Amino acid sequence: MAGKTLYDKLWDQHLVRQNEDGSSLIYIDRQILHEVTSPQAFEGLRLAGRQPWRIDANLATPDHNVPTTARSGGVDEIVDPVSRIQVKTLDQNCDDFDIVEFKMNDTRQGIVHVVGPEQGMTLPGTTVVCGDSHTSTHGAFGALAHGIGTSEVEHVLATQCLIAKKMKNMLVRVDGELGAGVTAKDVVLHIIGVIGTAGGTGYAIEFGGSAMRSITMEGRMTICNMAIEAGARVGLVAVDEATIDYFKGRPFSPSEAQWDAAVAAWRELVSDDDAQFDKVVEIKAEDIIPQVTWGTSPEMVVDVKSTVPDPDKEADPVKADGIRRALSYMGLSANQKITDIALDRVFIGSCTNSRIEDMRAAAAVVKGRKVADNVKQALVVPGSGLVKAQAEEEGLDKIFIEAGLEWREPGCSMCLAMNPDKLGNGEHCASTSNRNFEGRQGFGGRTHLVSPAMAAAAAVTGHFVDVRELVAE
Amino acid sequence: MKKFTSHTGITAPLDRANVDTDMIIPKQFLKSIKRSGFGPNLFDELRYMDEGQPDQDCSGRPLNPDFVLNQARYQGASIMLARENFGCGSSREHAPWALDDFGIRCVIAPSFADIFYNNCFKNGLLPIVLDEAQVDQLFKEVEAEQGYQLTVDLERQVVVTPSGTEFAFDVDAFRKHCLLNGLDDIGLTLQQADDIKAYETRRRQEAPWLFDAIK
Ligand code: SF4
Repeated sequence: MAGKTLYDKLWDQHLVRQNEDGSSLIYIDRQILHEVTSPQAFEGLRLAGRQPWRIDANLATPDHNVPTTARSGGVDEIVDPVSRIQVKTLDQNCDDFDIVEFKMNDTRQGIVHVVGPEQGMTLPGTTVVCGDSHTSTHGAFGALAHGIGTSEVEHVLATQCLIAKKMKNMLVRVDGELGAGVTAKDVVLHIIGVIGTAGGTGYAIEFGGSAMRSITMEGRMTICNMAIEAGARVGLVAVDEATIDYFKGRPFSPSEAQWDAAVAAWRELVSDDDAQFDKVVEIKAEDIIPQVTWGTSPEMVVDVKSTVPDPDKEADPVKADGIRRALSYMGLSANQKITDIALDRVFIGSCTNSRIEDMRAAAAVVKGRKVADNVKQALVVPGSGLVKAQAEEEGLDKIFIEAGLEWREPGCSMCLAMNPDKLGNGEHCASTSNRNFEGRQGFGGRTHLVSPAMAAAAAVTGHFVDVRELVAE
Repeated sequence: MKKFTSHTGITAPLDRANVDTDMIIPKQFLKSIKRSGFGPNLFDELRYMDEGQPDQDCSGRPLNPDFVLNQARYQGASIMLARENFGCGSSREHAPWALDDFGIRCVIAPSFADIFYNNCFKNGLLPIVLDEAQVDQLFKEVEAEQGYQLTVDLERQVVVTPSGTEFAFDVDAFRKHCLLNGLDDIGLTLQQADDIKAYETRRRQEAPWLFDAIK
């Protein structure tokens, strides 16, 4: 019999019951809650007179709606009344049901996908869910993690289980060595460019190969974060020494007495050598250079040294039509150079790129430089209060402020513009987030997805530039 | 949950691939803490010429005449036809809530994003996958004939065109059963509470560090 993939192992370990009709019941170890997708779940629980099955499997923090400007006044001072009610509702629900919550001004508050791993809530071998599609992030640690809808949030609260169907296995193997200045973000954008936004639909994608082993835990999170942009609910990376080291001393990590047993179990979390994947995609690390998206879907991505595609050269009429529509929305013309795209705003943050290494990478580029005159605003939004504190300890905040960038409080911010941070109609933004859909960062806003170093380079030059040239200068 | 057995209705063609959930219901409407009332803001940015705000009365807003749901011939549509990868992007269940609130009971496309597909079933909405050629044919027929109606029969798992042509579709046995009977799946899972408890007992022995840590 063929060996098992990492995904097979995680699935088997969590199978509560296999039903005759083909559905399965799987056990959920961890659920993270935020203010946007949980209120209707709590309401459902109340209406049915149900209690949470297991309180200690849940952790909550508000992130999508919170303002990122000075907010010492607390929840009461959130200006938008609708946002305020939503954050207050989360606070109230967590208080009522006794769920641990990092409230808005707790230093541990932040974006759910930054906070979970940072606290050791996410651990190798766990199943992790959240009412948010970027829950795939947590797969970086060898956890089976995926986004769910609000009905399922309620289902997990009430039963600690999900009714699920096993996915297929895909391996994306990135072999070789990444060039200097090429980051995890470029790797994942490149992968999405290759397999397409629906390429991973129905699959759990394991990211493997020699290049993955050399990418840090934070970089692996960036890659798994965007598995959903390739259509896969689940992204995974096998456990290695870096994974184990990451969890030493985290607040919810196993205690000293349990540590050795936990590590022994974690070391099993790799795909067997003879495991069978339904699909294998091979990527050469040497082929990857800094990436920039030009369109309104993450698969509309090219090398920074390249040009905007020409719909007349596309044979498939549905695709050609998609390119035309995207060019018109983005205000770009076919065959235009990527480096000729001027920026109005820059956003460094989001659950894709708001951890300490991202802050360091951006700071290294802007250090001693100034934000270009045509850039109206360049925001740096750390992913959690703890990332913010760490960055300030390292003096990164000063580097940003001196260069003319704004240093903010943690939250989702301009990633989806549910709080006041947004793009104006027609504005171009170099953004380290994960979605460039129409209107995502504000009505009529034009998003270009890039790495933190590339966003920083765009901030100081006012247009896209290959960051490797800028730093080598 | 609402039952779905068989449904006949006006079919509206949304001729685009990769329709994402941000497009189906933009983020500003996600601030609601309710499950209902999203219908007037379904496809808000495509449907109206101005930027919509939560809790706004939409009746006086300028409509985009090019958008399919605004065209006279598709008024009252309850079946939507779309291209590949429908419902990609965010996990927001507000997307099926908005479709449902607007009156859409069924979406037919060559493929759906996983989370959206799953969310539909939780809300009595039926997503149907047909192959590209069949979807293409339906697009042509819908556009050629005013008042074009499809019938979707879940029991028999077929889409029936006005000329009587039938297209068979697949659906999981469990999901079909829940939709046909309007079953609440939390209630169903709780019937298996003994299995869940047995699993937990075993898990607590194997991985004790996963219990009582978050408090
Ligand atoms: S940072 Fe953006 S993608 Fe991530 S959870 Fe927040 S809104 Fe979603």
